[in-house]
Amino acid sequence: MNGGRFSWFNATSLTLGFAFLYLPMLILVIYSFNESRLVTVWAGFSTKWYGELLQNDAFLDAAWVTLKVGFWSSTLATVLGTMAAYVVVRSGRFTGRSLFSGMVYAPLVMPEVITGLALLLFFIAIGLDRGVLTIVLAHTTFAMCYVSVVVSSRLVTFDRSLEEAALDLGSTPFDAFRSVTLPIIAPAVISGWLLAFTLSLDDLVIASFTSGPSSTTLPIKIFSSVRLGVSPEINALSTIMIGIVTVGVITASIVSRRRLVRQRDDEQRALHQE
Amino acid sequence: MAQQQKKTVFEPWEDPSEKPIIRFKNVTKRFGDFTAIDNLTLDIYRREFFALLGPSGCGKTTLMRMLAGFETPTSGSILLDDKDIAAVPPNKREVNMMFQSYALFPHLTVYDNIAFGLRRSSMPKADIPGRVEQMLRLTQLTQFAKRKPHQISGGQRQRVALARSLAKAPKLLLLDEPLGALDKKLRNETQFELMDIQEKTGTTFVIVTHDQEEAMTVASRVAVMDQGRIVQVATPDRIYETPNSVYVADFIGDVNLITGKAYPGTGEQVEIHWGEAQAPIRANTSKSLAAGAEVKFAIRPEKIGIASEPPQDAANVVQGKVLDIAYLGNISTYHVELPSGDVLKAQATNSRRISRRNITWDDTVWLFWTDTAGIVLTE
Ligand SMILES: Nc1ncnc2c1ncn2[C@@H]1O[C@H](COP(=O)(O)OP(=O)(O)OP(=O)(O)O)[C@@H](O)[C@H]1O
Ligand SMILES: [Mg+2]
Repeated sequence: MNGGRFSWFNATSLTLGFAFLYLPMLILVIYSFNESRLVTVWAGFSTKWYGELLQNDAFLDAAWVTLKVGFWSSTLATVLGTMAAYVVVRSGRFTGRSLFSGMVYAPLVMPEVITGLALLLFFIAIGLDRGVLTIVLAHTTFAMCYVSVVVSSRLVTFDRSLEEAALDLGSTPFDAFRSVTLPIIAPAVISGWLLAFTLSLDDLVIASFTSGPSSTTLPIKIFSSVRLGVSPEINALSTIMIGIVTVGVITASIVSRRRLVRQRDDEQRALHQE
Repeated sequence: MAQQQKKTVFEPWEDPSEKPIIRFKNVTKRFGDFTAIDNLTLDIYRREFFALLGPSGCGKTTLMRMLAGFETPTSGSILLDDKDIAAVPPNKREVNMMFQSYALFPHLTVYDNIAFGLRRSSMPKADIPGRVEQMLRLTQLTQFAKRKPHQISGGQRQRVALARSLAKAPKLLLLDEPLGALDKKLRNETQFELMDIQEKTGTTFVIVTHDQEEAMTVASRVAVMDQGRIVQVATPDRIYETPNSVYVADFIGDVNLITGKAYPGTGEQVEIHWGEAQAPIRANTSKSLAAGAEVKFAIRPEKIGIASEPPQDAANVVQGKVLDIAYLGNISTYHVELPSGDVLKAQATNSRRISRRNITWDDTVWLFWTDTAGIVLTE
């Protein structure tokens, strides 16, 4: 609040805003520690649903699939997204540059249902059986544009003369990228990976289009079991996911904010005379 | 202007059997429709210490970047050792460049910055630490070896950049304003170090500088540039004593310029008529001039004598009034207004402590110079 001035209006709108955002999740978290099986009746504190969750093979399988998909798709998306960002930012003007960069970013605004459907049709057309692989590929395609946005915003402030200096000292272009550019933009690449991982973790729509019978992800599992009624187990599971996503997002922002700012500062100072 | 007199005569550009290490042949570089380098032809010889001098934006860095391989000429060719280097990528050229912006690697220590090029060369791994230490000592950075670039001062960063480019001892070293951020003492020391390195290793240096004194001190030849063109290439003393144009005369050092009309006499003598009621200036020139041609007479302030009595046997004498005196310690510059309204600057050394105490503001004085003291310029 500007100047630290306190007003009832500000306080009320802030409270309402946060309540709107977080109250539903708070209730979910509280009820995950409920003793009772009934989701709406509070019967005392217990962690037994977390225990039961560990016994539930269907959920554990889904969690494992989700983590696998998240890891591989975000890794692939980071590699491809970084490469795309590098090409868009670096190669200057080439024929079709704006078309290319537009195409990299288009999936950001594409409705998920359409992306999902398109991918489904594509996988059927090339005869790829749906399973973990298809989800990984699907998540890679939509996550790489997010990575690319994060990385290219870092690359535009990266001074080209550092790469030139590396080339001048005998590096090949690839070596210059690996030993100069990459270490300096690493914070952006890492936060791109974390963003991609988080996106993959909570995607329901695209995953349900591209998953097969043996490859149910957690969001799909939760969604389908909720249709049979909300159980405290689901609450517990959701709480864990909220935890993971929160940690991911906070880490990503800390990594990107603190190290990005500091490194940019370093770079600037290293480049210019006082 | 301090001038370093070389012991042996080093003048490969006078020797027709000598092959230049670098040849620019009609090189033009355009950025869009802006011409940064304009049909430039230039030879630089092995073991030269070649200085590029010129105002900001005249294309010095662009010239360097073409040698290093970061820009390709729009037309014309650049030869290094008789080979066209257009197709050779920067990492395959035996050329190292010290960037005007330093371009130090922010994530590496001073030590690793200097070792960067060596690790990518054919130097045996075991020899690298020794070479880096040597460079650190040379640039007085030993105690900063473990620091990152942002933890050292601006002048220290400049020395890291210098050390990094020197480390590989390349055939050709390009230094883009290498000493600008150093204080005078360190700058002088480093200048002599550079000259020393060059004597020892035989590297060819091309150096950009804004500091004329530096160019005069270190350079074997100086090129004065203007808007993408080279106006004059010559040894520092020739550039200073016999500039080929008003631009060069004005750019290097302090100069008095008098516009007049030339009337050639016998031999090399010429009389320059200027201002009403002024005796013509008597000068020498090897140029053949048409009678009445418009010329500029250029003379350095230190070549003009000043006296409070009319001198007897000087070729040129003018009378004037002291307008201003700039005391510079070892010398004083007198601004003297002539009856025509022109102001001439004359310099005199303050050899005695109360020297020329008799000349002060508003005094009537006589300025005098010989007929060989100035030069006649037509462009
Ligand atoms: N990549 C570029 N695109 C467009 N114009 C450029 C580019 N690089 C340089 N120029 C222009 O070319 C001209 C020469 O630039 P250059 O950097 O060679 O100047 P300089 O002589 O090194 O100046 P300074 O002494 O200020 O460093 C300038 O007018 C500059 O604006
Ligand atoms: Mg420059």
